[in-house]
This record gives sequence, C-alpha cells and structure tokens, in this order.
Amino acid sequence: MNGTLKLAFKLLVNDKGKYAALLVGIMFAVFLMVQMTSIFSGILAKSSSTVINLGAQVWVMDPAVNNVANSIPMPDYVLDAVRSINGVKYAVPLYSGGALVKLRSGVFQSVTVLGLDDNSLFGRPELIAGKIEDIYAENAFIAVQDAEINKLGDIQLGTDFELNDHRGVIVGIAKVTASGLFGIPTLYTTYSRAIQYIPSTRFTISYILVEPKNNDAISHIKEQVKLLGYEALTKEEFMQKIANYYKYQTGLGTNIFIMTIVSFLVGLSISGQTFYTFILENLEKFGALKAIGAKGHELVYMILFQATFTALIGYGLGVGLCTLIITIAKLKVPDYSANITYTTLAFAFAMVLIIAAISSYIGIRKVLKIEPFDIFRG
Amino acid sequence: MNPAVSAHELTKWFGEGDAKTFAVRGISFEAYFGEIFFIVGPSGSGKTTLLSMISGILRPNSGAVTIDSMDIWALKPDQIAEFRLNKVGFVFQDYHLFPRLTTAENVAIPLILKKRDWDESIREAAGYLEIVGLKNKAELPPMKLSGGEQQRVAIARALISQPDILIFDEPTASLDGDTGRRIMDFVKTSVLNDKRCILIVTHDSRIFEFADRIMKMEDGKIVGIENRRNGAE
Ligand SMILES: Nc1ncnc2c1ncn2[C@@H]1O[C@H](COP(=O)(O)OP(=O)(O)O)[C@@H](O)[C@H]1O
Ligand SMILES: [Mg+2]
Repeated sequence: MNGTLKLAFKLLVNDKGKYAALLVGIMFAVFLMVQMTSIFSGILAKSSSTVINLGAQVWVMDPAVNNVANSIPMPDYVLDAVRSINGVKYAVPLYSGGALVKLRSGVFQSVTVLGLDDNSLFGRPELIAGKIEDIYAENAFIAVQDAEINKLGDIQLGTDFELNDHRGVIVGIAKVTASGLFGIPTLYTTYSRAIQYIPSTRFTISYILVEPKNNDAISHIKEQVKLLGYEALTKEEFMQKIANYYKYQTGLGTNIFIMTIVSFLVGLSISGQTFYTFILENLEKFGALKAIGAKGHELVYMILFQATFTALIGYGLGVGLCTLIITIAKLKVPDYSANITYTTLAFAFAMVLIIAAISSYIGIRKVLKIEPFDIFRG
Repeated sequence: MNPAVSAHELTKWFGEGDAKTFAVRGISFEAYFGEIFFIVGPSGSGKTTLLSMISGILRPNSGAVTIDSMDIWALKPDQIAEFRLNKVGFVFQDYHLFPRLTTAENVAIPLILKKRDWDESIREAAGYLEIVGLKNKAELPPMKLSGGEQQRVAIARALISQPDILIFDEPTASLDGDTGRRIMDFVKTSVLNDKRCILIVTHDSRIFEFADRIMKMEDGKIVGIENRRNGAE
C-alpha cells in the first residue's frame, strides 16, 4: 500500500471509537436498505409464482389483468383464434381460480386451483410423489409441496377432502420453484375437472398458454392477439406487469421505497456526521501535514480513501448481517419472503458510495480550506 | 559566502480598509549556513508572520525570499509544498504530533510524504529518535511522553528530511527552564552543522545565549541585529 494511504488508514482505524461508529452507521444503513428491498423482491417473486412455475413462454389474457390471481375469463373462440395464428406451435387453456375446500377435520381452507389442459397437461409440475397420469383418475388433485401445504392437514397420497360437494383426492405431490404470495395452498387438476367442480362464469378460460414456433414469431403473435382485443405477453413481460402492479398500484412499493430512503438518510446522517467530526478533530493534523509539505491532492486522496474504505467494510458487514437475519428468518418462518438479489446488492452498493462521496466531500472542503499559517501560528 | 536565506523587503498585512493591519513592514535580512539566527521581539511584533513567509507557508504581499537560489514565492503551489518538504524542517510551537500514531510513525511522516517505503521510513525514524535521545520510545504514542520528549519527537520529525533550514517557533514556550535549556543545548551541539541554518523565533530571554545572531523586531520592523558569536566583529 502507498505510504500516504497507509497513513490515512492508520489515522482512521486507530481512532477505534469513531471508526466503530462509522462502521455501525454504514452497516445499519446497508442492512436496512438491503432488508427492505429484499423483502420487496421476495414479495414480487412470490406474486409471479404461477407464471414462474407453469413456465409457458407466452401468456394470452384480457388486457385488464394485472396480477395472476385475478384473471378475467375469456370465451372459447379466443383459444381457437390464437391456435390459428401463424407462428403458434400450440396453445392451451389454463384455469386459475380460488376455491374453498373442506378438510377431513371439518375445517374450511381456501386454495388456488390450477386446471391444466386435459390433452397436453402443459405446465405440469414435477412430482415428488405419485404419477402424473393419475391426474386423469376420478376426483384427482395434485397438491404442491410449498410453505402452505400444511394448511391442508397431514397430506399423503389418498388423502381426501370436499370441494363444493365434490370429493377430491390427492394423487400426487408436486414440487415447484416458487411458492405463492397469498398464503394459501395450491392444487393442480385438469382443466375440465376444474371448471366442473368450481362454479364459473359463462367464460372459463383464465389464460391461454402459447408455445411459439420460434422467438421471431412472438411479435407477430402479439400483434394478432391484439387485433382480437386481447393481450399476449412473454413470461418476462407478464412478471414485469405483475411487479408494476404491486409497485405502483398497491402502496406496497411506495412504502418500501420510503423506508429505503429513510434507511439511506439514517445511514447518511450517522456516517456523514461521524466522518465530519473525525475530520474536524484531525483538522489541525491535516493542516500540519500541509505545512510539512503534503500537497492538496494528496490530502484529498487520503480522505477519499478513508471514506471509501469505511464504506466498503460497512457494506460487507451490512450485507453479512442481512444475509444472516434472512437465513434465520427463513428457518423460523416458512412464509418469510425475502430475496437478496444482485440488483438489491448493487443498489445498496451505489447508495453506500453516495454516502461515502457526500461524507468525503464535506471533509475535503474543510481540509482544503485550512491554512498552514493558522496551524503554524497555533 | 552565499546566504542560506535571503529576505528582501518582505511586507505582509492582514485585512482591508479600516481593518488593515501591517504585521511585517518591509523587512530585509540574510541568514547563513552554520548559524543559529534568533528573531526576538514582543508578542504581536510580526515574528511568526515573518518566519512563515520565509518558510513558504504564508505568501507575502510584496517582497521576495531567496533560498538555494530559488525565488520561492515565484513557484507554483505544488512546487512550494515540494520546497517545504525537501528544504525546510518545522518544529511547531505546539508540536502537532498525531496522537493515534506511534512516535516513530510521527517522525517518519516527511519521508512518507516523499513517497519512501513505509518500513524503511519507520526504520530511519527510529534512528532519528535515537539521535534525539528517545531510543526506547519509538512504539509509544506521543501522549505518553513528557513535554520535553514531545519537543524532541518534533525535532526528530523536522530533521528526518535533512533540511537546509530549520524553523522553530517559540521552542521553549511550553517547557520549564531546565528542559528548555537542555533542548537548546542539544540543538546547538547536535543539530547545527555548517550545511544548515537554524531560525528560531522566541521571546524567552533565558535562551538568548544559544544564538549566534539576534534580530530584534518591533511592530513589524527590524530594530537591530546583534552579533553574539565569540570573537566575531
Ligand atoms: N491571520 C491573521 N489575521 C489577522 N491578523 C493577523 C493574522 N496573523 C497575524 N495577525 C496580526 O499580525 C501581527 C503579527 O502577528 P504575529 O506574526 O503572530 O506576531 P508574533 O509572532 O510576533 O507574536 C499581530 O498584530 C497579529 O494580530
Ligand atoms: Mg508568534
């Protein structure tokens, strides 16, 4: 390490009390920012769980749909029309709806029912127990092994329940990539059984899942679907649409955003304030360095180094603390949703650099202003 | 003989308009290698201001300072910093040692600013601490040292860059009489040599005996230069 930077380093870390306060300030800010944004991205990931789990490339829906759970049924002719669009390899209907089941214990439980196309079972989940063909058996349902499954009681192959006076029986247990946001279990069955068991409106298709012949066909499909008065979205676009709904139309995004800003300001004020006192206390010494012959830009480097170094260590501690807490929380609370994403980390990193920049800017201005003569006169 | 320091018509004032006060009014003098040159006078007479202009710390309003045939106030700011680092050693009145560094690290600072290797600088600093009689204190923080010892640390820091010119502002002001005399004795016998010029500002008459020449100032002007060197003039 360059000698002047080593000097800066020693001046910083040898002042243990202030150094600790600086680290705590930044760690705290990073922790809060990462925590907030992770919870948010956890919620967003969960809100798109059905889209992720079914894996269809293109989804056709009513333009007014803004999240998976609230689908708007479409008439059957749309399915035929979509199937006839050039570039569509195949298109299948999906039923998605809520229902109440009555468990063996007599307890009622809300569930989400997904009805897969009878012929293709397109979007079928990977089973960890049972055989997928059994979905065609009488009253057959497949339960999803996620954080909510226990709400259905002690589920095994053969467990039965009541759904609108129909008997249902579990023939398989599936594993999925993402579990849902709403805290209710998910059951898979066939499309025809879903619309038979669950009282429906006149139209029954919630979504049309489309497999395009190739990626180039997608834009053509989207145009044609639009002409029908409906909307075709790629998986990513649909997830984005859902995310936008939670971000901008539910208050959730605004609240998380405000909390993140507050965390940033708290971190900035603790660290900025402490760094400022640190600089003030060392001001005479910086002046003495100037008098001895340190150049202005060398002092600037020293301060930038101190601020950046502290910021990076504080960032590491904050991310570490956040990871620890989220890991513990996930162990203890099955429904806990928080994802530390690269975007989140990059965001917090940028914020920390801003904190470092503001703090050092204040310090640098002070240090550049001191006159060695004033130090010399004492 | 070429003078070590040559000041020509140095003038410095502070403030403007009604608040304008002259600290130094057109002072010219020369100081030579191998001598201890005292600048004495009552408080407020402009001693520190003069010393600052000579050492490249405070820009005069007019006049010139020539050191090592350089007109120092004609240099660019970074060059003046370079000049101070290489040619001048400062012993500040209140030392300005870094409390969070060891004494050796404090002494090594000028070398570190000269971009010398850290470990090498610390080793060399330990050598200078030995010269000033603080061999065993290298690892201590300065606050663990007595006033006189801190003064020695400051002297070691000033000496380490082997400056042509050494500047002391009120070196004995915060020391008791005995310690002050011992420091001055040390400066005279071990710091002074014929390639070095030592300028000392003081109003402590107890140490006047260590001067080769004494320049008396009053109200920003020279009121006399007294030669004290044995046998001279
Ligand atoms: N930065 C300054 N601003 C205003 N006046 C100053 C400043 N520095 C010194 N002076 C004035 O200049 C005069 C000489 O000061 P100084 O050189 O410190 O005297 P000395 O060192 O002999 O006590 C004093 O009247 C002092 O008040
Ligand atoms: Mg003075």
